[in-house]
Amino acid sequence: MAVQLAETAPPPAKASPSSSVMAHAFKDAVITGLIALGLFTPLIGFETVIIDGALGLDYRPGTLAVMVGIIFVGRLLLNLTVWSPNRKPSVRSGPTIFDRAGTTIGPAVKPLLLAFAVGFPFIAAFAMGGMNESRYLIDLGILILTYVMLGWGLNIVVGLAGLLDLGYVAFYAVGAYTYALLATSAPINDFFAGFLGETFWANWAFWICLPMAGVFAGMWGMMLGFPVLRLRGDYLAIVTLAFGEIIRLVLINWVDFTGGGAGIASIPRATFFGVPFTAGENGFAALFGLQFNPMHRIIFLYFVILALALITAFATVRLRRLPVGRAWEALREDEIACRSLGINTTNVKLSAFATGAMFGGFAGCFFAVRAGFVSPESFTFDISAMILAIVVLGGMGSQIGVAVAAAVMIGGMEMLRNLGFLNQIFGGDFDPSLYRMLIFGFAMVAIMVWKPRGLVSTRAPTIFLKERKAVSGDHVKEGHG
Amino acid sequence: MAPSPSPAAAGLPNWEADPILAVEHLFMRFGGLIAVNDLSFKVGRGDITALIGPNGAGKTTVFNCITGFYKPSEGRLVLAHGHAPTAEELARVTLIGERALVGRKSSVYLLERMPDYRVSGEAKVARTFQNIRLFTGMTVLENLMVAQHNTLMVASGFSLKGLFGLPGWNAAQRAATEKAKYWMEKVGLTDRADDPAGDLPYGAQRRLEIARAMCSDPILLCLDEPAAGLNPRESLELNNLLRSVRAEHGTSILLIEHDMSVVMEISDHVVVLDYGTKISDGTPEAVKNDPRVIAAYLGVDEDAVEEVEAEIDAEIAAHSTGAHS
Repeated sequence: MAVQLAETAPPPAKASPSSSVMAHAFKDAVITGLIALGLFTPLIGFETVIIDGALGLDYRPGTLAVMVGIIFVGRLLLNLTVWSPNRKPSVRSGPTIFDRAGTTIGPAVKPLLLAFAVGFPFIAAFAMGGMNESRYLIDLGILILTYVMLGWGLNIVVGLAGLLDLGYVAFYAVGAYTYALLATSAPINDFFAGFLGETFWANWAFWICLPMAGVFAGMWGMMLGFPVLRLRGDYLAIVTLAFGEIIRLVLINWVDFTGGGAGIASIPRATFFGVPFTAGENGFAALFGLQFNPMHRIIFLYFVILALALITAFATVRLRRLPVGRAWEALREDEIACRSLGINTTNVKLSAFATGAMFGGFAGCFFAVRAGFVSPESFTFDISAMILAIVVLGGMGSQIGVAVAAAVMIGGMEMLRNLGFLNQIFGGDFDPSLYRMLIFGFAMVAIMVWKPRGLVSTRAPTIFLKERKAVSGDHVKEGHG
Repeated sequence: MAPSPSPAAAGLPNWEADPILAVEHLFMRFGGLIAVNDLSFKVGRGDITALIGPNGAGKTTVFNCITGFYKPSEGRLVLAHGHAPTAEELARVTLIGERALVGRKSSVYLLERMPDYRVSGEAKVARTFQNIRLFTGMTVLENLMVAQHNTLMVASGFSLKGLFGLPGWNAAQRAATEKAKYWMEKVGLTDRADDPAGDLPYGAQRRLEIARAMCSDPILLCLDEPAAGLNPRESLELNNLLRSVRAEHGTSILLIEHDMSVVMEISDHVVVLDYGTKISDGTPEAVKNDPRVIAAYLGVDEDAVEEVEAEIDAEIAAHSTGAHS
């Protein structure tokens, strides 16, 4: 009986699908179109205009019809192609094409990217036809590398230890203000002027303050760590968010110490290990027999941030292979199991917070020396959100993914400022940079749909017996905060 | 480790003569609920001790108290390295308010005063969990390396030596890898060393959890239902593994188990809990025939025990052939 049914059932089913699929797709598209009509009528259908000094309504049925039409046709096409029930379901399992591409070209990517990063100022100067013309590109490179470094620093806390930190900008601010306050301090300047010369502190402040900025930020990381040790998940995120805001508000309101909202200006510039980038005879150009060019300082700054970022990456890679790094990852995987193995999770969390904060402090110190000016406005929650987005999009725990995400996000946003040709298409008053956040949002949604674990979702084991196999992201936990 | 011979000759069972862990008047209250009520028992050095009881009897609560995950409401948990402390020694360490008295030959730890990570790190009590808790995104080898965290942390000079690649660290890392290899061999996971722990089948995950606990060099291994979800063949392998752990490493074992084939076959000493109180304590033979145990397990009045005892004996015999209880 059952066999007969199975044999007789298919023919009518075979005849009907195309018509029923078509009908179903059409019905679905009509419903979607009606929803779009309902949504867009108030949003697009009406426009407030000023008529004779009073506010009036204008109607835009044409634009509304075009938008609803796009939705209807798009939905219909998707129903008939990608979402069609006749389409064979994907049987692909295991690593996706991204993962496979990652493993095959992976080994070559890192040296290539590194070589590109090192040669970037020269490539930029060559491509733009001169050092001065390449200033914009090199500044952009510096900005991207700053975010790469911040992303790698936050990656230790969020990606490895699984502790969600929404206030990372606080450590960036601590590093920046450490340098700004110490370098502009008159007593310290006078103290060194007594026996090392008038210009000693101005020339050496950056190199002396850089490690101190890291140490101070690390200490602030510990101070944040202590009260939040018992918190997990959402609660931890909220407290770290508050911490970031507290630091900013203190910077604004403690006017005597920090200069308040006006910030601190004329911070000493970076020097070539004590040799200033000036036109005088003691300057960098004269010392090396070059013609003076202000771009020397910019290119030098580029290499400083490149070195700092590489130190961050190197330290992270080394730490991951040490017991402390494995404990960070184990903490992300299962905190209770960690404690059952004699691991003091308090120390593990504090070390993660402090290490991440330290690199944030280095980056902050660099920010202050590059800009020559700091103010609380540079350390808003937007920066924390941007760094966290870079870590999440890059793939938590992945170095290369974070670097690519930083380059794409920061570079991409910057590129939108320069799409002049779009004006020829959309008219003169079209400003592409206004659409930055919209495109940014679309990119986030797209990544979360197709690559929910970030660009690089696999995890590289820290030790292996026979063969280093990447661990699929499905097994790797995200931490509970 | 040889069980100490002299007091045993005096006719005392091993757990009375040479206890590694003494649970004394343990109470655990959660609000108005008394999960563990005045529980006292001893775990013999070198013994395999089983803690059994119906569901909700408080077995896992006792485990969590011993391993420091819960702080007991009342009671004392004495763990002895070396020989068991005399009454005077014990009174002294209890009164001076220290959590441990560490000597060269023997030490005594009061587990109820120690946080969980010290119970495993210093007192050397390792545990596994009823619902397996592996680091699923890390490989088998990495799981076993994390278990040696404290040793490696010192060897890496708290990361400074390791960060700059100084020689002592590499040797320590190699030694830790060798130990991990030994335990992978022991539980039959050498071929899967570089696979993520989350990829392993259920039985292998249970074995890996035991291997991970053993990598922390425990003197007392606490296993929470190690045979849960295992098939009869895997249960048999587990028995052999536990026996060899005891024979070759001198590790005493305390286990919670519902599978009577495991309990009756390998344990030297069985403690039965019901509603947070101890209802029986003795050799497997003695416990099996204790009418109170039978009553607790089968829910009959103690008056009626006599009538159904013959029936029950058959039941337990059936369990011990391999079926799950």
